[in-house]
Parts: sequence; structure tokens; C-alpha cells
Amino acid sequence: MWSTRACESSAKSGRDSEMTPLERVRDSADRLLDSDVYYSFRSSRVTVVAAAITAVLFLAALFAPWITPQNPFDPGSLNLLDAFTPPVWADGGSWKFILGTDDQGRDLYSAILYGSRVSLFVGFASVTFAMILGVGLGLLAGYMGGAVDSIIMRVADVQISFPAILIALLINGVLRGILPREQFNDVAVFVLVLSIGLASWVQFARTVRGSTMVEKNKEYVQAARVIGRHPVSIMVRHVLPNVMGPVLVIGTIGLAVAILTEATLSFLGVGVPSTQPSLGTLINIGQNFLFSGEWWIVIFPGATLALLVLAVNLLGDWLRDALNPKLR
Amino acid sequence: MIALIIRRLIQSIVVMLTVALIAFTLFRFVGDPVAQMVGQDTSLEDRAQLRERLGLNDPVPLQFARYVGNTVKGNFGISYRIGRPVGALLAERLPATLELSFVAALFALLVGIPMGIYTALHPERWLSKAFLTISLIGISLPTFLIGILLILLFGVVLGWLPTFGRGAVVDLGFWTTGLLSVSGWKSILMPAFTLGMFQLTLIMRLVRSEMLEVLRTDFIKFARARGLTPRAVHFGHALKNTLVPVITITGLQLGGIIAFAIITETVFQWPGMGLLFLQAIQFADIPVMSSYLVLIALFFVIINLIVDILYHVVDPRLRIERQVGAGQ
Repeated sequence: MWSTRACESSAKSGRDSEMTPLERVRDSADRLLDSDVYYSFRSSRVTVVAAAITAVLFLAALFAPWITPQNPFDPGSLNLLDAFTPPVWADGGSWKFILGTDDQGRDLYSAILYGSRVSLFVGFASVTFAMILGVGLGLLAGYMGGAVDSIIMRVADVQISFPAILIALLINGVLRGILPREQFNDVAVFVLVLSIGLASWVQFARTVRGSTMVEKNKEYVQAARVIGRHPVSIMVRHVLPNVMGPVLVIGTIGLAVAILTEATLSFLGVGVPSTQPSLGTLINIGQNFLFSGEWWIVIFPGATLALLVLAVNLLGDWLRDALNPKLR
Repeated sequence: MIALIIRRLIQSIVVMLTVALIAFTLFRFVGDPVAQMVGQDTSLEDRAQLRERLGLNDPVPLQFARYVGNTVKGNFGISYRIGRPVGALLAERLPATLELSFVAALFALLVGIPMGIYTALHPERWLSKAFLTISLIGISLPTFLIGILLILLFGVVLGWLPTFGRGAVVDLGFWTTGLLSVSGWKSILMPAFTLGMFQLTLIMRLVRSEMLEVLRTDFIKFARARGLTPRAVHFGHALKNTLVPVITITGLQLGGIIAFAIITETVFQWPGMGLLFLQAIQFADIPVMSSYLVLIALFFVIINLIVDILYHVVDPRLRIERQVGAGQ
């Protein structure tokens, strides 16, 4: 699998300091294209399609304000007379609203793109939060051992026997009880991030703890300890980079789960408020109009959500296999 | 065996006490219980009296002990939102949730295991590939979306099945059941399918991967060499040995089913505990929330206990290992 070009380029990278920035970019691009991870990516058609779908959805969400006709978060741009317009190919549809409108006259195409933004933001933020918390606690437990280890891991054991959605619901409910009602809508997104993040740190912690326990007995860590580096510095600068591999895989699959959890909470009415709908909120709104025949309000956001989660799941599956040395 | 049961029992009690502590903290410190119980015009003296009478001035450990005592006796306090004892509310709704969970679990097992066996025995047939594709979609589609799609198809478009509620319910005195009437069966079909779908895909994938692994082992080759019929090899030898992990995971998933019932009950307006819990979260009804938490934890702990014990009963290797260990 290692072509001569790869050997050349890796030899070239030894002279890192002599290269111009442009050469350096080209060099790392060459190395990426020659790596076996890229090879396994290219040879799996499903993965390429999943990556393309994910990229399109991410970009569409990112550039939503420039590619949508309407800002659905701005009540001023909505017209109640446009409510319940069916999609363009159905009777009474118009090109102004390609996918139709909801009960408040929101253009569904715009609302879906803006909603994906909210969903993706909550997904990324809560996975990042869970990752920082889980990796931190896992490092601590694995490196320190003893009482610290048993306390952290007992908490993890208890938590993992309950489904994440239940824990997220509980944290959400408690914060709802503590915060005054008027303020709650303003911070609803952050409450979501907090509750989903707190509900899903255990997997990161378990994995990192396991690999930390292997790493800490290796010579480089002992050497760092002998020259008297601070334990925190050893954990972060030396052990952490060597245990991050599996974290990436858990993070990708965690992203799909976090997006789903957010959608579920929003669907249940305890997520983001309906003034700034996420995909789950849109489905929740659409559910009310199932029986009156306005199926498009629920189907299009639902399809987008399913597509997004499926694509991210497929990417995560592929990443897990590609980074697993046993399968090579 | 007895030592194992005792050890697990102690562990379970510790977990339950931890959960009770969390529930108690919620109950006692989130919001002011007195303010929730009295009207606006109650004088400060009356409030102080009530506070004294409720024992809110006692030391916190004593209050906790009293809380545990009350909970064990089934006295969960009074709902802020409905104004009735939480114990009675939960008892009314318990049968609905348990019935739904039971039918869903049965469905997942009865369909999931044969599907898993089929895909393992005939990995190349198109039907196996179809099953696997369905399972991937089943994992990526959120539960509530499956429910909504079912409602749209069978409830709205075809009009075959009722879309909400339990149908006609028969009161048996200690238990209310919907399984004795035609409308009850019609009502439970869609919710049970929705709830069981995720577990079904999980069980199917698990049975498939375990069975593929077992089919590769030497004793299967030997059984074939002895000239046993494929039927005896597959079901008498291979299947028997795949069932150990299946029992574990299924048992643990049973708790998951009860938790995920929250979502299904919301979609189908199923009058169970999950729906009650969700409404409690929306209204920050702390007594209902904390009692539900304790009850669910109890379910989880009991299920985990039974699975642990079952595991030792089913897998003789675990018993032999311990006997050898004890003999030395």
C-alpha cells in the first residue's frame, strides 16, 4: 500500500523547516491522499456517499442565511396568510415556498436549514463538552488510580446503567425547576448542551481510562516523571496525545447520538423553544397537523434528520473500522 | 451462588440509596416545598407552622431517613400539578407502561432472534442484506419519527388503527389491562412496534455477530464431522451458545424499553408513567419527577440483579471457574 511517493514525501517531511508554506501544504495533502485511511475511504462507496451527504448538510446549515429566501427566526419576515402552503408540486403550491410552509407561514426549506444549524450546534457543543469532561476524568482516573479511580468509575458504572436520554431529561427537568420560567427560553439551548453532555461523558472516560492505564507504565511517561514534570503536564502533554485515537471514533458516533437526543428532547417539548426551532421542534410542530392532512410539515424535517443521522452514523462506522489496526 | 447474590444485593442497595439521595435533594432543595403547597395569602406564621409540621426544620440526615422510610412505604408525597398522592398516580399508570414494554420486548425477541439466525446462516442471500439494511435504518431513525410515520400511514391514510390511547380497558381490580379487548389489541400494535423496533435491530445484530463467531469454532466443525444434521448443529449447538450474551443484553435493554416508553407514550398519548413523567418535567413537578426516578431506578436495579444471576445459571463456565478457585 505504501507507494514510493509516500516514502519520498515522508522523507521530505524530515526537512520540514526548509520547505515553503505552499510546499508544506502540498506535502501534507500528498501524504493524506497516500495514507491507508484515505485508501479505505475511497474504496467504500457507501462511505463516500455518506461523507458527501454530511458535507452538503453541514455546508447548507453553515451558509443558511445566504441560500434561503427567509429568516424563519425573525417573526417580522413571516406572513400568516402564507400558512399551510403545500410543496411546489402539489395543488396550490408555489415556487416561493419549495417545500411548503408550516402553521405560522414559515418557509419549510428555510426553517429546515436554520433548524439543522441549531441541531448541529447543539450536537457539536454537547459532544465537545462530553469529550472534555470524559477525557479529563478518564485521564485522571487512569493516571492517578486508587481512590480517585474508584470514585470516578463507580459513578460511571451507575450512570451507564441508565439510558442517556433519561439522564438528559432529568437534568433538563431539574434546571427547569431551578431557573425562573421567563429566563429559561433564553438559555434553553445551553441547558440542552449541558444535559446531553453530562449524560454522555461515560464512554469517553471509560475508553481513555483504559488506554491511559496502558500508557502510564511506558518508558516515556516514566522518563517525564523522573525529570520531575508536574503530573498535570505529563497527563496533558504526554499521555493525552497517545490516547486520543479512539476518542475520535466515539466522538463521531456520539455526534449522531447527540443530534438524535437533541431532536428527541425538542420533540418532547423540553428542548429548544418553538421560536428558534431545531429539526426536532419542527417535527413536534408538524405532528399537530398530521390528522388535518398537512403531511409536509413533519415529513421534510423528519427526512432531513434521518438522513443526517444515518450519514454521520455511517461515517462513524467506517472510521471505527479504518482506525482499527486489527482489521487491516 | 448465595455469596454472589448477597454481594449483588448489597451493591443494589447502595445504588438505590444513591438514587434516593438524589431524589431527596431534588425534593427538598429545588424550589420551596412550603411555597408550593400553600396559597399566596398564607401568613408567615402559618408557613412557619407548616414548615415545622412537615419536619423541614429537622437536621437534613434525619429528613433523608424519613424520606427513605416514606418511600419504602410507598408514600411519595403529593403532586404539585395534579394535587393527588404521587403513589396513587404512579400505580394507576404502571399497568399501561408495563403492558406496552412487555409486548414490545416480546415482539423484539420473537422477530429479532429469528432474523439474526437467518442472517448468520445465510449471509449472502438478498433477504439477509435487506434485513441488515432495515436494521441500519432502524438504528438511525429516531423512535418518535417511526411512530409518526406509522400514524400517518395506518392511522391517517389507511385508517386501520387507532392513533392514540389504550382502547377499551378491562379493570381486574389490581391491574387494568387493554389486552382483553379487540380495541385494546388494535391500540397497542403501533406503540409496541415503535418501541420494539430499536431493540429488534439491536437483538438481530447481536444474534448475528455472536452466531457467526460460534459457527467458526472447532466444536461446530466437529459436530458437522460427526454427521449431525445441519438443523441439530445450528439450533442444538450453535444457537444454544449464542444465547448467553443475548440474554444479558436483552435483560439490560428491558430497562431501556421502560425508559424509551416516555417517547412512545408521548407520540401515541399512551396513558402510562412516561407521559406522566414528561408532563412533570414540563411543569417542574418535583415530587412526580423524583418518585419516577426512584421507581425507574428500582426497575433497573432489579433487572440488573436478575440478569447477573441468570448469567451464572446459564453459563456453566462461570460456575466451574469459581469452584476451581475455591478448591485451591
